[in-house]
Amino acid sequence: MATRVAAVRWWRWREPGIRGHQAAAGWLFLAPVIAILGLFLIVPIVMAAWVSVSDWNGNGSPFGANAHWVGLDNYRHLLTQPGLDQSNFGTAIRNNFYYVLFVVPIQTVVSLLLAVLVNRRLKGVGFFRTAFYFPSVTSSVAITVLFLFLFSPTGVINKLLSFLGATGPAWLYDPRGLFHVILDQFGVSQSSSLSSQYFLGVSYWDWLAGPSIAMCVFIIMAIFTTSGTFMLIFLAGLQSIDDSVNEAAALDGASEWRKLRHITVPMIRPTIFTVVTLGLIGTWQIFDQIYVGTQGSPSNTTVTPAYLSFNTSFNSNEWGVGAAIAFILFAIIVFFTLITRLLTRNPDRVPRRRRFGPTQSLGNPDASHVPISTPGGAP
Amino acid sequence: MNAHRILHNARWRTALALAMVAALALAAGALGSRQTGKATAVTAMIGSSGPAETYAVNAAAKAFTKQSGIQLNVIVASNLGQQLAQGFASGDPPDIFYLGNDQVATYAKAGDLASLDNLKNVKSFYPSLRAAYTYKGHLYAAPKDFSTLALVINTASWKAARLTGKDYPKTWKQLAAVAKKLTRSGQVGLCTNPEFHRLGVFMIQAGGWLTSKDGKTATVNSKANVVAFNFVKSMINAGSMKLTNQIGAGWGGEGFGKKECAMTIEGNWIAGAMTHDYPTVGYRVVQLPAGPAGKGTLQYDGGWGLAAASKNKADAMAAISYLTLPKVQLGNAKAFGVMPTVRSASTRWKKLYPQFAAFLAGADYSKSIPTVPDIQTVLGDFNQQLQGLPNSPVKPILDRVNSELQAILK
Repeated sequence: MATRVAAVRWWRWREPGIRGHQAAAGWLFLAPVIAILGLFLIVPIVMAAWVSVSDWNGNGSPFGANAHWVGLDNYRHLLTQPGLDQSNFGTAIRNNFYYVLFVVPIQTVVSLLLAVLVNRRLKGVGFFRTAFYFPSVTSSVAITVLFLFLFSPTGVINKLLSFLGATGPAWLYDPRGLFHVILDQFGVSQSSSLSSQYFLGVSYWDWLAGPSIAMCVFIIMAIFTTSGTFMLIFLAGLQSIDDSVNEAAALDGASEWRKLRHITVPMIRPTIFTVVTLGLIGTWQIFDQIYVGTQGSPSNTTVTPAYLSFNTSFNSNEWGVGAAIAFILFAIIVFFTLITRLLTRNPDRVPRRRRFGPTQSLGNPDASHVPISTPGGAP
Repeated sequence: MNAHRILHNARWRTALALAMVAALALAAGALGSRQTGKATAVTAMIGSSGPAETYAVNAAAKAFTKQSGIQLNVIVASNLGQQLAQGFASGDPPDIFYLGNDQVATYAKAGDLASLDNLKNVKSFYPSLRAAYTYKGHLYAAPKDFSTLALVINTASWKAARLTGKDYPKTWKQLAAVAKKLTRSGQVGLCTNPEFHRLGVFMIQAGGWLTSKDGKTATVNSKANVVAFNFVKSMINAGSMKLTNQIGAGWGGEGFGKKECAMTIEGNWIAGAMTHDYPTVGYRVVQLPAGPAGKGTLQYDGGWGLAAASKNKADAMAAISYLTLPKVQLGNAKAFGVMPTVRSASTRWKKLYPQFAAFLAGADYSKSIPTVPDIQTVLGDFNQQLQGLPNSPVKPILDRVNSELQAILK
């Protein structure tokens, strides 16, 4: 009923009501923001989407005579046609996948533990809060340059290792995959059945390489720099837990570990979702560290989709393919965010049909009891 | 009930507003790019190797302005490729710019470049250099300078290994022998960048190359190239040669200057680095040894390109003509060690810099990177693969690059 009325009368929204003029004023106030968002967000996204389905070669405007509709050719080129572009793309996905696989879980656990540590009323805790947060406010370019020096083959890290009697690897110059190195210790080397099968232009054996030693430097750097930020988010989550809950648990004789496991973690579930999601987005988009640090070397083992997109567009002049990489990256990020959402949703709640409904905002599960007006009047 | 209607209307209004904003923004963009006005000044964008080069180009630009009355502004790009791409996309690129011959085909194919067939002094350039900048029968850049690779030797290490002026290697066998002798007291005999742009010299010396003579077939995995890289590997395995990524140096000049190695394969630009960064290291430049198929080296060409979208082509061409005059080129040679692209200046250059004669001698048997669109992407992958050369067999690397190159030759 309601639907039909709205459909017939949609054009009558100017109908003078008690708040009719307020709406106009509202739009007036919103106009600058809409204009800015449109200009700097919507228009570039629309342009990039168009470029990804065109053969634009970088000469003149992408909406000009030099660009023609080619359908999904650029996507097909990356996903189904063997060649340099495909193997570069497959390599970039592999590199970034291992980067995410290591960084996101470790930084989440480390930042949670840091937050628990500094969430006490102790003397001097403010110093540690600041110290842990400090890497996060430093420019990523500066930190990358610092790490280049630390991890140079003759740098501080290898000097330290040599004091301990170990010989450090060449770090940023070492393309060997971590899993390959470990397998090699057990006498497993390149197996022919795995190296002759390919997916996205990369052999199965190379898919199993793990992060290269060079990529490990970026993994360590990401954990070092972002844990502080997420510590702050966790700290806010921890401080929203009422003291009485912990006191009750302590009275029941719960150990620190049990309190963390059975009280803290379940109660900050929405915060964990936020941290993991932000972590996933940030790690899948890694660009500046690669651009400053290695430009994809050694042997392409630090190329990431974001860097590849830039390089394919600006240096190889294949703008359509570069834009297509960006949109596939976007799809990957959305996919993993949805997975995280499923994994961290509160099991105590009755599942809803509209799990991703508009009123369920991030990190605020309590909003879900607000009734959602759905067309069929469903739960 | 009402809630739904409001939601519905709100969506409509949002969509409407966004569409209007988008339309406005596009209109503004379209108007913005149509800048008119007096286009008297010519803009030159360069990717500079350092202050010496920046100063030399600026001085030449000033002299040109004084002589012709045409304002010539020099912009130093921090990332030339990216800034050029932005210029081409906006329709307002710099009028003239540095252009390497590995990029020329990519830009020419996209229609970014204007032909320089009618340049005033087009006949004065070496024919081989003109060929390196010719795509589909048209010249797309004026050669401004070029460099070749030669063998750079640390004279102190040479003496310490009891080697004399008669021992400069003429063959691969001799190269391997002296490298072995020079590998002593913490120094490796030879080091060079793990990339095609250096190791490619061995391909030419072995009689191989990237493509067949007609440029239509990829020959990266030819027998000669396998021989070339196996020779490199044999020296690495013998411990008398290391790639710069094995010693933590950014390039051959750094490893050489820091005395990590006694010899390196580098171009004329090493002279500037030695003077500024490692003034105490004495060195000598000799021609590269001959391989099974004779002498061979790689050549790098620098040129001035002209934008198709330039609004002031006549003045821009005049500027290019001036910037490639023999006297300007000799000034550049003095400032940052490049070699001139016109014959008349070359004789003078040889007299001025006898110590670098080996570089100029290389011009007789050197090869430039083929003028093929996207070749820099394939060579980029070649370089990435060569970084793993010490630990992987030669043939798979060459096979991979061969199929990549064949795909762009078509």
